[in-house]
Amino acid sequence: MQADYFCYVFSPNPSLMKFLVCIANVPDTTTKITFTPDNKEFNKAGVQFVINPWDEYALTRAIELKEANAGSTVTVLNVGEADTESNIRKALAIGADDAIRVNAAPKDAFFVAEQIAAVAKDGGYDVILMGKESIDYNGFQVHGMVGELLGIPTVAPAMKLDLSGTSATLEREIEGGKEVVQVQTPFVASCQQPMCEPRIPNMRGIMTARTKPLKVVPATGANARTQVLEFALPPKKQGVKLVPAETAGDLIKLLRNEAKVI
Amino acid sequence: MSVLVVVECDKGEVKKSSLEVATYGAQVAAQLGTTATAIAVGEATEANLAKLGEQGITKVLYDKEPRLKDFVNNAYTKLIATAAQQEDAKVIVLANSNIGAAVGSRLAVRLGASLATNVVELPRTDGGQFVVKRGAFSGKAFADVVLSGDKKIVAVKKNSIEAQHAAGKTAEVAAFSAQLTDADFADAPKQVIMQDQAGGVLLPEAERVVSGGRGMKGPENWGLIEDLAKALGAATACSKPVSDVDWRPHHEHVGQTGITVSPNLYIACGISGAIQHLAGVNSSKVIVVINKDPEAPFFKAADYGIVGDVMDVLPKLTAAVKELG
Repeated sequence: MQADYFCYVFSPNPSLMKFLVCIANVPDTTTKITFTPDNKEFNKAGVQFVINPWDEYALTRAIELKEANAGSTVTVLNVGEADTESNIRKALAIGADDAIRVNAAPKDAFFVAEQIAAVAKDGGYDVILMGKESIDYNGFQVHGMVGELLGIPTVAPAMKLDLSGTSATLEREIEGGKEVVQVQTPFVASCQQPMCEPRIPNMRGIMTARTKPLKVVPATGANARTQVLEFALPPKKQGVKLVPAETAGDLIKLLRNEAKVI
Repeated sequence: MSVLVVVECDKGEVKKSSLEVATYGAQVAAQLGTTATAIAVGEATEANLAKLGEQGITKVLYDKEPRLKDFVNNAYTKLIATAAQQEDAKVIVLANSNIGAAVGSRLAVRLGASLATNVVELPRTDGGQFVVKRGAFSGKAFADVVLSGDKKIVAVKKNSIEAQHAAGKTAEVAAFSAQLTDADFADAPKQVIMQDQAGGVLLPEAERVVSGGRGMKGPENWGLIEDLAKALGAATACSKPVSDVDWRPHHEHVGQTGITVSPNLYIACGISGAIQHLAGVNSSKVIVVINKDPEAPFFKAADYGIVGDVMDVLPKLTAAVKELG
């Protein structure tokens, strides 16, 4: 008993957590995707950018866990140029405490992972959260790369995250089911539904976000390992062949004899 | 040098997506003038691993460590990295699955390799470059990507390449040990919970999918979806609004922020076809849309359509499938 008491008094409060939430700046989900005339870049003209929807799960869950452990902090991290700051402010309005922007266009997943790992190493974060993937690049890579660069566990994709002291219990989706995994901090998790109900900013949050600290830091010298040569749109469909509802069964014959899929 | 293929096994069987990956790896090996070796993860049997010869695999490495039955990120990463070093692998091919992405991203850093996920075609290796086509913008576009460096990792999207079956060819199954220790299993799952899937067809692996939207009017009508799915040997799925109101579980949600599927046949019942839903299904080979609203945007993305009430149409389709026998 004596030993337990001794530990309790002199060790730092293990429930005080430093959360790092990585957010990507992506085209709104309703965007019609087009490219520059040489097909080398995404055409940003007239496109509304939002916080990557998967990252919203990471952000909201970090804020919920912070609220449950008073004194914990949530830092938002974005690798991007100055035009991402409106969405960084939005994350601050939702409830993050401060933000860091690594001032560089994200070249590829490895480049971004190196930036995140450098910030994480510097700041001594306990829990590093991000979305499962970005809805523009769809890499589903950054979480594992950050975990490997830092030499800490990764849980991806996580559907549930609970913390008890420095021990975290997560549910990871696998094909056809899920695994319950326990890890100790520090760790990386990439988040997806149904982890939480993503929050939207309220008026008070928007007001306070204006004065929250947003630090801009330079990128480390990491090189990208991949490069996009060209983008292309999927081939257009031929047009729909309609079958009258009265003779719906004919569709099945078409699927067998014409489309040959059943 | 060689090509190393990671094959995921479950209950002794090689997963369908891994048969595709094995085929992909063997074809890359042929392009590069070398052979393809596989490393097995999950619950495998030697007899089924030997059959990977049918996909063009020469040799299969098999570590009988029993704790490799369930997915353990650290252990799988070390296992595959050890195999890659032993085989001097210049290209590693995995499935673009939750396991493949989790392991592939760690391997890329550990081995100093470049990585492309969501790959839909064989690489172009002419001119000394290694270029792959991958899905981007949530199925709304493709990107041709150059992988740089000496080692490359490719995660192949399900159902984007057809598995070859050269009957009678067998691969040599070789015992292999990565000398895994307890520390490598520190993040082993405490519990594995598998879904109770109607008809036994898992959505991410399914060749055919029957999916329902708000037009189904309520969870009590899902029997109509399940009947057709069962008759077709299809998996069931749903749109986001349906999983949001808990008519169906989240793991059935197909779309931009749900599962992306690319089956041979996708039948959408009472789904209007919001752009976010299309992002999850538009790489399906054949899309059928059933909707009572002829203006539903989904018809523009469909190959076949029926304008009518799903409640009337679905039983007719199920009956017609049963007649086919």
